[in-house]
Amino acid sequence: MEKFTTHTGIGVPLRQSNVDTDQIIPAVYLKRITRTGFEDALFAGWRKDESFILNQEPFNAGSVLVAGPDFGTGSSREHAVWALKDYGFKAVLSSRFADIFRGNSGKQGLLAAQVAQDDIELIWKVLETNPGTEVKVDLVSKTVECGNVVAPFDIDDYTRWRLLEGLDDIGLTLQHEEDITAYEATRPSFKPKTLPARS
Amino acid sequence: MGKTLAEKVWDAHVVRKGDGEGANAQPDLLFIDLHLVHEVTSPQAFEGLRLAGRQLRRPDLTIATEDHNTPTLEIDKPIADLTSRTQIETLRANCKEFGVRLHSLGDKEQGIVHVVGPQLGLTQPGMTVVCGDSHTSTHGAFGALAMGIGTSEVEHVMATQTLSLKPFKTMAINVEGTLRPGVSAKDIILAVIAKIGTGGGQGYVLEYRGSAIRALSMEARMTICNMSIEAGARAGMVAPDGTTYEYMKGRPHAPEGADWDAAVEYWNTLHTDADATFDVEVDLDADTLEPFVTWGTNPGQGVSLNDAVPSPEDFGDENAKLAAERALQYMGLEAGTPMKDIRVDTVFLGSCTNSRIEDLRAAADVIRGRAKDPNVRMLVVPGSARVRLEAEAEGLDKVFKEFGAEWRFAGCSMCLGMNPDQLAPGERCASTSNRNFEGRQGKGGRTHLVSPVVAAATAVRGTLSSPSDLESVSVATGDAA
Repeated sequence: MEKFTTHTGIGVPLRQSNVDTDQIIPAVYLKRITRTGFEDALFAGWRKDESFILNQEPFNAGSVLVAGPDFGTGSSREHAVWALKDYGFKAVLSSRFADIFRGNSGKQGLLAAQVAQDDIELIWKVLETNPGTEVKVDLVSKTVECGNVVAPFDIDDYTRWRLLEGLDDIGLTLQHEEDITAYEATRPSFKPKTLPARS
Repeated sequence: MGKTLAEKVWDAHVVRKGDGEGANAQPDLLFIDLHLVHEVTSPQAFEGLRLAGRQLRRPDLTIATEDHNTPTLEIDKPIADLTSRTQIETLRANCKEFGVRLHSLGDKEQGIVHVVGPQLGLTQPGMTVVCGDSHTSTHGAFGALAMGIGTSEVEHVMATQTLSLKPFKTMAINVEGTLRPGVSAKDIILAVIAKIGTGGGQGYVLEYRGSAIRALSMEARMTICNMSIEAGARAGMVAPDGTTYEYMKGRPHAPEGADWDAAVEYWNTLHTDADATFDVEVDLDADTLEPFVTWGTNPGQGVSLNDAVPSPEDFGDENAKLAAERALQYMGLEAGTPMKDIRVDTVFLGSCTNSRIEDLRAAADVIRGRAKDPNVRMLVVPGSARVRLEAEAEGLDKVFKEFGAEWRFAGCSMCLGMNPDQLAPGERCASTSNRNFEGRQGKGGRTHLVSPVVAAATAVRGTLSSPSDLESVSVATGDAA
């Protein structure tokens, strides 16, 4: 995973709550077996509408999505994160993220920054008044800047550390393989196994 | 101080306590007892293992099934959609390469992953269960800590049989009282979501408690836990009890002999201690609960079936108001319309929420001897091949077919329309599934989430209805004659 320290890019105001992962990427695009190439799938339903924000310049070149509360609800599909990244987004700002989406973002180097709704509203105003305004997201100081707005954001310390260092999760866990093996030896015999198959 | 059920299961699975403080603090590493796999969220994880030269650590704790893409008609023919077929074939190749047990289309154990696990007896109390699917919360009905994960985590579990998890907060959902006839588990969970909102459970494990929950069957408990994610909670649980054990006993992978006794002894400890405290408690009255139905485009936008479509002005919060406006526009509904006046085109009985044998029985009981509204199409999609066989042995397939419904093969089907079972733009559906998101069941499709008996009654009348509406209709007709 690439390290993430700061990012500055055009902010995209998405004035909507409950943006579920079915909207971020409809199920029809989940049939692919690759991990990349999902840029066309991002918000595919909404992008058919010409007035949708990503169909307007300069927002189509945006890289910081500023969304309403409860972003990423619903399906666990990590494709939602892949599609946002493939399109060019580096960070999403919202006052509340769905747990699974936030976890998936952290694994993929997409910054899910939790910003108070009052600050989101201020940032929306700046972005709508002056389209093309850049948002600076600083993971070191845990702040976002947009025009004259400077706001703190929340992210859990562990995810922040992994993003800053660009660390691979599986590699980290396998450093503790002895602990896993030791735990396995203590599991009771009544716990089920899928093999050999019984039916 | 005592522990909650969720804390007990968590503590029993800690491989390594997270150490470090501040910026370097690590979450706990938890052992995963069962990893369920399906075709949609696994190909990139298997590919990740291959690229890194890693093995799948515990094939004996892993099981795969084909469900999301699979057709529900002509399952003996090659899958027509080439990308779907490729994804299925990729799963088959991956399972072969990594030694994973797979139940393919046509196999008698094939079906929706969350129906198959419990049915085989692989889901048991006190386990940790994960799957690259948010409705993994279903398995919490057994007192398991079960949650959906993304594909990166799928790969992590494949490689290590563990997950790094931040501790959750706990929320009790207390449901006391007795459900009235025609009111079911689906109505409980829809009412819970309407009450706490789609984000209300974020960061929490929910524990469903109270006399109304204790009175429910295992399948009904699964319906409730299934939709915990729709309230934002990654996991929902019910403490195991006699109902749980009775369901488990004799299932293919249930413990036997001395193992059964040891298991039950352990399972009996899996309840929230009297002196334990929840971070939050929410109460719901089962006595007064009515059938529930959604009007909008997220599962929190629901009302009693006897109510009317709300107005955006009913919502104080500006974002909720905007969301309601948008939802009404998408759904093609006007504020103030009685829910029961809403006419549907399609009824879908299926999904990991409501496709088990009891769901099919309940719906069949409503329609038996009645005629379907001729303008409504009804799809009945059993949750698994085994459920289908069981239903056929009971003659339920005949009840559905005589009624005019389509009797299909098992899979996720129209819940998310990855296979050909989709709504057309503007088509309105009463659905026993779990998500009424825009386009979820097909581009432009409009979804009302309902229970199996409401789905069945709606298929009879053509408008959103409860079984009690049918009785009054038949009485009225009788009087007129």
